Amino acid sequence: MAAKKGASGKDAKIIDNSLSNIASREELLEYYRQMLLIRRFEEKAGQLYGMGLIAGFCHLYIGQEAVVVGVTAAQNETDSIITGYRDHGHMLVAGISAREIMAELTGRATGCSRGKGGSMHMFSQEKKFYGGHGIVGAQVALGTGLAFAHQYNNDNGVSLAYFGDGAANQGQVYESFNMASLWKLPVVYIIENNQYAMGTAIDRHSSEVELFKRGISFEIIGEAVDGMDVVAVKEAASRAIDHARSGKGPYLLEMKTYRYRGHSMSDPAKYRPKDEPKHMRETRDPIDHIRNIGLEKGIFTEDDLKIIDKEVKEIVADAAEFAQTSPEPDASQLMTDIYL
Amino acid sequence: MAIEILMPALSPTMEEGTLAKWLVKVGDEVKSGDVLAEIETDKATMEVETIDEGTIEALLFDAGTAGIKVNTPIALISGEGSVSAPPPKVEAASVAIANISTPVSVVSNLVEPDWDANTPTIKITVRDALRDAMAEELRRDEKVFLMGEEVAQYQGAYKVSRGLLDEFGPKRVIDTPITEHGFAGLATGAAMAGLKPIVEFMTFNFAMQAIDHIINSAAKALYMSGGQISTSIVFRGPNGAASRVGAQHSHDYSSWYSNVPGLKVIAPYDAADAKGLLKAAIRDPNPIVFLEHEMLYGIEFDIPDVEDYVLPIGKAKIRREGTDVTITAHSRMVGHALKAAEELEGLGISAEVIDLRTLRPLDTETIINSVKKTNRLVAAEEGWGPMGVGAEVIAVVVDQAFDWLDAQPVRVHQKDCPLPYAANLEALSLPQPSDIVAAVRKICNK
Repeated sequence: MAAKKGASGKDAKIIDNSLSNIASREELLEYYRQMLLIRRFEEKAGQLYGMGLIAGFCHLYIGQEAVVVGVTAAQNETDSIITGYRDHGHMLVAGISAREIMAELTGRATGCSRGKGGSMHMFSQEKKFYGGHGIVGAQVALGTGLAFAHQYNNDNGVSLAYFGDGAANQGQVYESFNMASLWKLPVVYIIENNQYAMGTAIDRHSSEVELFKRGISFEIIGEAVDGMDVVAVKEAASRAIDHARSGKGPYLLEMKTYRYRGHSMSDPAKYRPKDEPKHMRETRDPIDHIRNIGLEKGIFTEDDLKIIDKEVKEIVADAAEFAQTSPEPDASQLMTDIYL
Repeated sequence: MAIEILMPALSPTMEEGTLAKWLVKVGDEVKSGDVLAEIETDKATMEVETIDEGTIEALLFDAGTAGIKVNTPIALISGEGSVSAPPPKVEAASVAIANISTPVSVVSNLVEPDWDANTPTIKITVRDALRDAMAEELRRDEKVFLMGEEVAQYQGAYKVSRGLLDEFGPKRVIDTPITEHGFAGLATGAAMAGLKPIVEFMTFNFAMQAIDHIINSAAKALYMSGGQISTSIVFRGPNGAASRVGAQHSHDYSSWYSNVPGLKVIAPYDAADAKGLLKAAIRDPNPIVFLEHEMLYGIEFDIPDVEDYVLPIGKAKIRREGTDVTITAHSRMVGHALKAAEELEGLGISAEVIDLRTLRPLDTETIINSVKKTNRLVAAEEGWGPMGVGAEVIAVVVDQAFDWLDAQPVRVHQKDCPLPYAANLEALSLPQPSDIVAAVRKICNK
């Protein structure tokens, strides 16, 4: 069941009793692998940022891994993905290589945007990943347009449009909700409610803090989900995607989640209680959640996980090496890709 | 004494209309609020109500009469006790105009057009040229669709999309809610996914709500994605001052969009350019801002009667050749520049008029070559001067043809104030042909 309680860290419960009925061993291990890859990748990105190898704004996804991993598990290859600037995790799970992403972060010619986009502006036409957008809320209207194209082309695809609790206050979100519902567009709106719009806590930025209700006046079904539980996320996303794919129009999922780090690398996050991230990390961590349950229930063993840990470590180390040794874009690239 | 019912002006730019239908007959008693007739303008069909009471004494035009000028009496109502003989029916100046739009006299084009002298031509309004361009491209490519406020069932707020819904259906001609930011973003997203949207803004004033998607989402996507994500999309609609619609509806955005790499910006003057360049814009793989002008919509021009008339983007057009001064202009100001050139001819000054047509990329070669010949430059535009199109044209000329200049280059532009409503102030604010003449005389010492 999808949790209706928030991931506040104080009263939310881990819903664990049905895990093994919902997900197979292979699925659970894959979730673990993907979440761990994001975690280790982001930790490495944070390290490289600290070393001055990554510049500009760099928004880490640490803590929120279950959201994109769970949703992606419910979608298929016809579906499109779009998100905001906290996009590294979405890209990794979409199948874009860690090398290309890390090299984009370091501004190298081998990056997925050839070094011209940076952390906030990354895309992959091949993987139907449409960014990576730096303007808060823009991806919601654009993602609604991706859904429009799915409907226009009648290709059975669904658009998955991710945005944060901060973006949920942008006017264009509601302009998009209106058209999506009016035209029954196949889009799933996924609010990643990590409780803070940069430094402003949700109860200071939203008159209605239960964001899954934000679609009500557009007749969009909304659901709150424990975004720290990958299986709950996958289950809710399946419902939402099925709804959208069957021609019934948009669906709204509010993923209650939490970011452990500051808004971006340059944010010390002093606006929240000191023990809050610690508490969340200790009691609600999405990776520990899978690990603990799987081990407790004997679904997999420490040795199974060690193999994955090692594999992930190697991928990230290789990506970091690649991103540091790749050349910068040639000066001739300055004036290309402006027009086709 | 009978009360005259006059042909009403039903929009700020209406000059004449068609009396589509009478809803009263002679002898009918009418009171305030009763509908007398249906009037068709080039934009819409409207009902005319009386505000007077009395008996219909005469209907001065037959139903179906076209080309009735605004403020012409169309009916007489006898007031209390008024008895007067009905006057004879008046023949309208022009009763059977094939096209409902106003043909306005246009300064003849003195330069070879983009088509061959033997090419057959037809007369068509800018409005219908734009419609035909969209219709042809909708027919040609399934990925093209039109989206905007009132573009479908209403047939376009300015009737540019007339007939498109009937031919292409609601899947491809789509009425949106009033939600510019939202539908500009939606269309840009659809373009990222490979469709080819035409987004109509009712006017570019409203595109301010959407400018983030035009610039941040559409114009920058190709670069930010290292060449992966292109957006083949046209943002089009009327730009600049119409007539007496005040500051918030009269803004010329030419220089705003022309400032942005990744966008192409087109601002045509006549019907042939409107058609040929809009077709090119729809086919272009880049995001395009296509600036039309409401005051040109109803004007008829010659257009080549050929299949698939497409013009190159980025080429200026010498509208009139001259030897003493170069005048650059775009959109409606081209007409003003041509009028000015005619007047200047009487003063013994030979002006060359360049229609920029495309503002980005700017055809600097044509401008430079002209200035090298005339040695003088007046850069005219309808919008404000500071940081404007004229400023850019002059900067290019100073940079690339400084040694050829015999006098300082001069700008002609709107006065540096929001556009006023009052008729006299509006006329003072907007650049007129006489302002161009004055600017030319200043640098030609005549």
